[in-house]
Amino acid sequence: MEVITPVSVDMVRKLEVGDIVYVTGELITARDKAHARILEFIESGRDLPFHINAIYHCGPLVRKDGDTWVVLSAGPTTSARMNEATKVLLKHVDSVIIIGKGGMDVKEELRGKGVYLAYTGGAGALAANAIRRVRNVYWLDLGMPEAVWVLEVKRFGPCVVAIDSHGNSIYEEVERRVEENFRRMFG
Amino acid sequence: MPTYEDVVETVVDLFRKAETELSDDVIMALRRAYEEEENEIAKINLKNILRNVKIAKEKRIPMCQDTGLPIVFVELGRELCLDFDLKEAIVEGVRKATREVPLRPNAVHPITRENSGDNVGIRMPIVDVEVVEGDRLKLTVMPKGAGSENCSALRMMLPGEVDKIKRFVVEVVKKAGGKPCPPIFVGVGIGSTFDGCAKLAKKALLRNVNEMNELELEILDAINELGIGPMGLGGKVTALAVLIECGHCHTASLPVAVNVQCWANRRASMVLR
Repeated sequence: MEVITPVSVDMVRKLEVGDIVYVTGELITARDKAHARILEFIESGRDLPFHINAIYHCGPLVRKDGDTWVVLSAGPTTSARMNEATKVLLKHVDSVIIIGKGGMDVKEELRGKGVYLAYTGGAGALAANAIRRVRNVYWLDLGMPEAVWVLEVKRFGPCVVAIDSHGNSIYEEVERRVEENFRRMFG
Repeated sequence: MPTYEDVVETVVDLFRKAETELSDDVIMALRRAYEEEENEIAKINLKNILRNVKIAKEKRIPMCQDTGLPIVFVELGRELCLDFDLKEAIVEGVRKATREVPLRPNAVHPITRENSGDNVGIRMPIVDVEVVEGDRLKLTVMPKGAGSENCSALRMMLPGEVDKIKRFVVEVVKKAGGKPCPPIFVGVGIGSTFDGCAKLAKKALLRNVNEMNELELEILDAINELGIGPMGLGGKVTALAVLIECGHCHTASLPVAVNVQCWANRRASMVLR
């Protein structure tokens, strides 16, 4: 299935855990420092210089060729680091997709408005293949990995819907089974 | 006799190689995982990994955007006499590799969090020197990503808890879940001291991942029983190898370190004479 950004609430509500999707459109990258600054903007009532609709937890490896930025490698980073900031952030958006790896603890906050897509961690070269160009970059003072890169992507994926907007999370199911298996082995 | 320039260029070449291609033993382990895995989502992720590895090698670009922290292991032949500062040559090699491979600037001051921009800083790169017999200089680079490093753990166990080592290792992997980009490699250091066991765990990750002893296989089976699967989305293959290195320790101690390595077990070596 192809997901076109910006995503609407209707679109995200159609997605269910286990669905395999490809994303086309615009993504913004954000990790620890970008999230902290986004929250600063929100809390002080300032307008953000970009629109938050499709967030990619990624700190890309980028090279500047003349005036243009070229993304060389851009796989996802560990999403769980952004758990707390995301809980606040999600109060301020109506519809969203978050792409990352390793899962998050934001099932309730995504309910009715967003999904979390798992992309293969470390697949930086494969991800870069789906990035058509860098449309813009904000907050480069945070450093290359922590800046907000606005990326144009085409058929970015395959990603797996790992947390949907209906309260389902693959991670929770897996964690439950893992805990049972551990107890069976070690008591 | 190797020169300063030889060392600089070798460090650059080794980082380029480690970042863009995996060694045969690691690829073999990943392919086997793809064959063995039955879960569809797990298979998609393993296929993504294998496709990614192929693209990185063909295009000569880093397979993962987290090009890691630079770690260099040196085996220095005791008959060698170098007329330059080896450490300085390695530092220069890391700077040059950062520009040319290129590597993502990852090194930051631990408190101010300011990025140095060239992967060099206080005690960075990490250089481990071991004096060995002969007249050769062997350099091994291991760019270590943070996603997996962050899931590592160390415990000063009681001497009577030898039979609990397996449980501790499995517990560390369970807690890590999907965060370290499974399928992972698990380096384990048993014995030595607090710092020594951590170093043993890291060095264990340099070994051939397809050669494991009985204890290593036993712990590997227990880890894969958990069902975390590739990327923590469920499946049979959570780890591809458990690699243990031991060192004598104090009779009153049992230090155990677990160093987690993501599927991108990147390392490259070269011998200079």
